[in-house]
Amino acid sequence: MSVTTPAPVRAPAHAPAASPRRRRRVRASTVIMTVGVTVATLVALLPLFIVLFTAFKPTSEVNAFPPTLLPDAWTTANFERIFSDLPFTRLIGNSFVFAGGVTLFAVSFDALAAYALARIDFRGRKLLLVAIVATLMIPFQATLVPVYQIVSDLGWVNSFAGLIAPRAADAFGIFFLRQFFVALPRDLDNAARIDGASEFRVFWQIILPNARPAVLTLAIFVFVNNWNDLLWPLVFTTDREMGTITSGLTQLTGPGGIVPYGVMMAGSLVAVVPLVFAFMLVQRKFIESIATTGLK
Amino acid sequence: MTTAHVDRPRKRAYRAPAPLGGRGGSGVQRTRSGGRRSRAALAFLAPALIVLAVFVVWPMISALQMSFTDASGFGEAEWVGLDNYARIFTDPDIRDAVLNTVVYAVLFTPTAVVVALGLALLLTSDRLPFRGMFRTALFLPFIISLAVAALAWSYLIDPQVGLLHYWLRGIGIDLGNVLQDPTLAMPAVALVAVWKNFGFYMVIFMAGLQEIPGSLYEAAKMDGANAWTRFWRITLPMLSSTTAFVLIFATIAALQAFDQIYVMTGGGPYGNTQTVVMEIYESGFRKLDLGFASALSYVLLLATLVLSIVQFVFFGRREEES
Repeated sequence: MSVTTPAPVRAPAHAPAASPRRRRRVRASTVIMTVGVTVATLVALLPLFIVLFTAFKPTSEVNAFPPTLLPDAWTTANFERIFSDLPFTRLIGNSFVFAGGVTLFAVSFDALAAYALARIDFRGRKLLLVAIVATLMIPFQATLVPVYQIVSDLGWVNSFAGLIAPRAADAFGIFFLRQFFVALPRDLDNAARIDGASEFRVFWQIILPNARPAVLTLAIFVFVNNWNDLLWPLVFTTDREMGTITSGLTQLTGPGGIVPYGVMMAGSLVAVVPLVFAFMLVQRKFIESIATTGLK
Repeated sequence: MTTAHVDRPRKRAYRAPAPLGGRGGSGVQRTRSGGRRSRAALAFLAPALIVLAVFVVWPMISALQMSFTDASGFGEAEWVGLDNYARIFTDPDIRDAVLNTVVYAVLFTPTAVVVALGLALLLTSDRLPFRGMFRTALFLPFIISLAVAALAWSYLIDPQVGLLHYWLRGIGIDLGNVLQDPTLAMPAVALVAVWKNFGFYMVIFMAGLQEIPGSLYEAAKMDGANAWTRFWRITLPMLSSTTAFVLIFATIAALQAFDQIYVMTGGGPYGNTQTVVMEIYESGFRKLDLGFASALSYVLLLATLVLSIVQFVFFGRREEES
């Protein structure tokens, strides 16, 4: 099951039998539909345009009335200010280490566990799978207080260990990859086992390469979620230097209570650009696997 | 087999039909000893299981225990019985936070689902040009953080310098200071979440729509059913399990509302956008009332659990049917 861009087979442009009147009516509804979707798309993209254009506006224009979408005079002043108002280089680095670290650990650990649950026939497998799926139902917000206590007891507050370790594996990833691994043909690994390959070799050289799209999707999903997360870095970092872009942006305040929108939008743009690029590279596969996991 | 696998006398030559995963029964595995397989499995599972045990299962148990105490992170915590839970229902601020969360869910979930379904219907129509492009553009908000979305929307609806505010006033709608308005603040923060998430639900709906056999529509057309009838009589019933999935999924997400509220209103005005997770954050990490925060966490957990079980039962049934 997959969402391909709706049927490549185009319906034969309205059967020649249709009367001219009917043909025109169909065209009119197509136009309405297209306009409707275009408007919805523009509304969906408006905040992104605002981030993009405001980031390059001088402060006078950011706070001008009447407001405009496009800058008159383009400037990079907001970008210069975000680096002086916040330890921004540090925050960008932190975001990469935190989101990248969680992704690296979680995808590795999830894949290993998923392999065992999907391809090794051991006693208690089904029960374990049910137990892992059950933990899917626990929202991280509900265990935040005790998790913080553990992290704090370990002395890991304001450290990457504290940010990353609690998320180094997650039930969703295990379940997601397990579903994918189970669907791969059995003969693949059995042949290798007959040849004497160890379980790890089967995992590394046969299952993983065949599951690349699923692994990539999970990796992007985990990376984006952590990069974007606000509550997590707010809780586990109290030191400004240890925050992420996302948490740092929410701590920007201007002099005299004036919200520094220009600086915020410049920072937001920096926060958004890596994700948009990553997404554009793999968007089709990514959207398709999300659609399928949503259902299965 | 070329493995240096020492044959032990205990080794079963034939293993009875696997009582477990059911998927077993491969000739190769049967010849291996169960113990060896279990050890291999354990090695693969250990890292993930340790993380889940330490950071999910144990915290869950410890939150339950903490919820019956007045723990503050300092000194000895005293047993207070059900006091923390009682407070959820008696403290008007907390009761309001719970109610606000319900209001938020009622605003967010149906709106997101209707928008997502509507766009999914349009995007699966083969008369629409540039479908791939539209799909990508409409999905894009899903990868943007709620915090960034919240900043952008705050600017757009700013009563002094907001572009959207200005445009709306141009067509005769003056919303005033939305985020300071006790009635409008909640719809505003809910709409920001709709903006972020509808693309995700839309994609799930699109997958569901593709599963409906085209022959049903052909037949209905031959019988003279118009688009409206076809939607109500074919699309919606055939899509019911997808819709149920998205509804429950969106409701669970709604119960966890935090990010954009923290950024846009901080729970205000007058606590009108204060939600359960905002309250957990404040009591757990600002007021250090860990016992109470844990009790509230358990209420969130139970609500999520109930919804998940409904979903699970629903899907279990659906999979049996298919």
